[in-house]
Amino acid sequence: MSKYKVVIGLEMHCELKSNSKVFSSARNSYNSLPNDNVRPIDMAFPGTLPVVNKKCVKDALKMSMVLNCTIPQYMYFDRKNYYYPDLPKGYQITQMESPVGINGKIDIECNGQIVPVTIHDIHLEEDAASLDHYFGTSCIDYNRAGVPLLELVTEPCLSSADEAVAFLETMRSIYQFCDVSEGDTKKGQIRCDVNVSIMDEDAKEFGTRVEIKNVNSFGGVHDAIIYEIERQSKLKDEGRYDEVIQETRRWDEETAQTIHMRSKVDAIDYKYFVDPNIPKYKITKEWLEEIKKEIPMLPLECKQKYINEYGLSDYDAGVIIKEKAYVDYYEECLSLNINPKVACNWLTTQILGEINHQEISLNDFYIKPRLLKQLIDALDAKTISSKQAKEIFFKAASEQKEPKSYIKEGMTQISDEKELTKIVEAIMERSENQIAQYKNGKTNLFDYFVGQVMKETKGKANPVITKELINKYLN
Amino acid sequence: MSILQKSITEIHEALKNKEITSDQLVAESLQKCHEVEDEYNAFVTIVDDAKGGCVTDDLLSGIPFGVKDNYSTKDILSTASSNTLKDYVPFYDATSIENLKKSGAIIVGKTAMDEFGLGGTGTTAHTGKILNPWDKTRMCAGSSSGSAASVASGCYPYALGSDTGDSIRKPAAYCGIVGYKPTYGMISRYGLFAFASSLDHCGVLTRSVLDAAIVVDAMKGKDPNDMTSWDSSHINLTKATTKKLGEVRLCYIKELCDISNYPHADETLKQHLANFQETIHKCEDLGWKVEEVSIDKQLLDALASVYVVISCAEATSNLSNLTGIIFGPRGKGNNWEEMMMDHRTNGFSQLIKRRLVIGSYVLQKENQERYFKNAQRVRRLLVDEWKRLYEKYDAVILPVGSGPAKKFDEDVDMIDNTTALEEHLQIGNFGGFPSITIPNGFIDNLPVGVNLTANNYNDELLLNIAYHLEASMPYKNQIAGGRHE
Repeated sequence: MSKYKVVIGLEMHCELKSNSKVFSSARNSYNSLPNDNVRPIDMAFPGTLPVVNKKCVKDALKMSMVLNCTIPQYMYFDRKNYYYPDLPKGYQITQMESPVGINGKIDIECNGQIVPVTIHDIHLEEDAASLDHYFGTSCIDYNRAGVPLLELVTEPCLSSADEAVAFLETMRSIYQFCDVSEGDTKKGQIRCDVNVSIMDEDAKEFGTRVEIKNVNSFGGVHDAIIYEIERQSKLKDEGRYDEVIQETRRWDEETAQTIHMRSKVDAIDYKYFVDPNIPKYKITKEWLEEIKKEIPMLPLECKQKYINEYGLSDYDAGVIIKEKAYVDYYEECLSLNINPKVACNWLTTQILGEINHQEISLNDFYIKPRLLKQLIDALDAKTISSKQAKEIFFKAASEQKEPKSYIKEGMTQISDEKELTKIVEAIMERSENQIAQYKNGKTNLFDYFVGQVMKETKGKANPVITKELINKYLN
Repeated sequence: MSILQKSITEIHEALKNKEITSDQLVAESLQKCHEVEDEYNAFVTIVDDAKGGCVTDDLLSGIPFGVKDNYSTKDILSTASSNTLKDYVPFYDATSIENLKKSGAIIVGKTAMDEFGLGGTGTTAHTGKILNPWDKTRMCAGSSSGSAASVASGCYPYALGSDTGDSIRKPAAYCGIVGYKPTYGMISRYGLFAFASSLDHCGVLTRSVLDAAIVVDAMKGKDPNDMTSWDSSHINLTKATTKKLGEVRLCYIKELCDISNYPHADETLKQHLANFQETIHKCEDLGWKVEEVSIDKQLLDALASVYVVISCAEATSNLSNLTGIIFGPRGKGNNWEEMMMDHRTNGFSQLIKRRLVIGSYVLQKENQERYFKNAQRVRRLLVDEWKRLYEKYDAVILPVGSGPAKKFDEDVDMIDNTTALEEHLQIGNFGGFPSITIPNGFIDNLPVGVNLTANNYNDELLLNIAYHLEASMPYKNQIAGGRHE
């Protein structure tokens, strides 16, 4: 660990879910066929114009609210001008002057501690095309050009690689919870820029900031930060801190190093100005209220609720909030009046175990909460034993049949006291020897009587009632 | 007299009455286009395989027209008179073109222009300079130069233009015809090659006010592809234009129109302003109230700079898609930067390069506040000033330019500052105001024009006023080289 204080700021780009692109009517979906999700504007053919996708604006505003940001009165966009082969128009439509949110804050949990994170801004923009470089030639795929991106910029307020990753994971699950993004790093849907500087513990001013661009996995973010802290610390230790310059570096996954790209003096002037093709429009209070209603309970809130209201353990609550699908499943169980603890036990043990075993996602799992309820109801009614319940659960899951079809009469537990009393009495009458031994102190013979009843009923006798009856008979 | 020299309504009737077929009309138009091309260099493309079409009750059906070369026309070369697009054949029609096609109108030519609209002389087209049909030693002004020259020559009753500063309304004046750009957003810009998006307007050049109304009625409409377009379905320009007029209140600006502002004025300027005063008298004869108003001279003097700063800044960004990577000739080079550089270095004319440098300069971080942001502030002040005039007046009436068409080699050696007089039409673009130029006389056998500019969305009233003023003068439907005074 470095002896210096570490200051980290993050820029997180996340692709949004939508039917069409953010300023184009082309489809926004993963497509393996290059240049298929393309309309004339995605290739900037002369005369084309952007049209704002209202759904994307709505989702951006939603996230702005989640991050407790100040929302501007008017919505408009800016042009960020620069030349690059992946940027067909020669400018990116983004938000500079008036982002959908500024000055936000959100609490995250990192290693059991609550860490407050301050948000500089969150803004909506369009993605560039993707480039594939081959030997001597490059190919451009415009499918990605114009895909909606939400860029979130934190203040330099994080102090370790763990915190940075915890923040990114929290944000990803929030995006998923709010259903605005799949947040799949494997599909390149989340990309990060990381700013790292170090300073003496007692220093008042930040050290020299180094930016690391295009880190495409959370692991990469972690490793890049560690690498950069070490690199900068070493230089500082050796009295060569002036060699840490304000620069942009990139993270090279293969060599696990950050590599110099350009220094501040080469910084590009993006010549931002308001895009005149998109008229400013007012964000009404009514619309914001509508959007607010759509915000679901967020992971950390869910966790608190599960612990405080349903008495789940910190661990179990933590397992459930890991994925939106788990929370949805759990909430549905609760809405079916399944006991919260019982639902939690089933979900965190049998169900997650089974989906891991089947290698499927919970959404594709056959035993929906409605079906789970059949089992739990039967269990509550003591119609089946917990052992039977588990057996039926696995059978129903693998054969994809409703549990109730297994809860047949032959399987039903004998809970009728009169019936069981008859059986117990019959067994006792022919077990005089054993009763005498029992009364002489061989108390472990109690299990023998239970075993006899089970044998007689082929295991269907309700064990609790059986024990009660035997006890009553002996005393 | 060729039927192509007549008005849209007259040609429509001739088609309806089968005095001529659409095929014959188109063939005749194509022939005339070739003559005009040979004489004045007005075209980039003449659509030789154009055929006549169905004649319906639509006034424009079966009638040929010309299109400025910065409109995207499906399967027809669209170069914006630039080498950067010298072989570019679009695969989609501009919305306004699509609308005209629905009316049954037939494209016969793509007209030459100042490259991408960035010019006011008609001298920067990649096909060479466009000559004025009234006098080949003179310019048509620009940038809709070819459209103006071809309509004035009688190739067809109308041609589309685009107007970012005065690019429809000044060439119209120099060529003795009508040029109209409606309120910003009435006609979709989808498919118009962008120059400066906040100032760009589609519009039309015709030989009469009524024809302009008919054409724009067909072009206009809210377009889901252009967020700045608006629903004008309640507006019927054709109907409104010929209505009887009630009380009309006009004003003109002393600081622009009074000859005493120009103590060193030459004969041409004197005649031009005197001719304007005659037009004012005609208005008064019509029973209209015309008043002289005063506007801060400093503000007026700033307008040309405001235009340069804003239009160049937006152009720098808008023309960034021209890299030769997706369309246009691929540049040479060892890497993408060299290839883009080569494409742009060889593709653009000197004038565009100059303007792009200005645009880039005023947008730079360290300059933006001083130039670009200030220009936008002054733009707002000017628009507010005009809006105040519209509280009292239906329209502002002003002379177009400082006289008739200039000679190509004319040395601009004005002692007096005539910049504001030359450039005031740009205010129509600053505010997105509807604005129309109509011919109002001749100086030295060359036509001159007068402009009327009204408040936003008042297009019906504007055309109505222009129509009645036009009727009081003998210049309606004039053809270049035809009647002189």
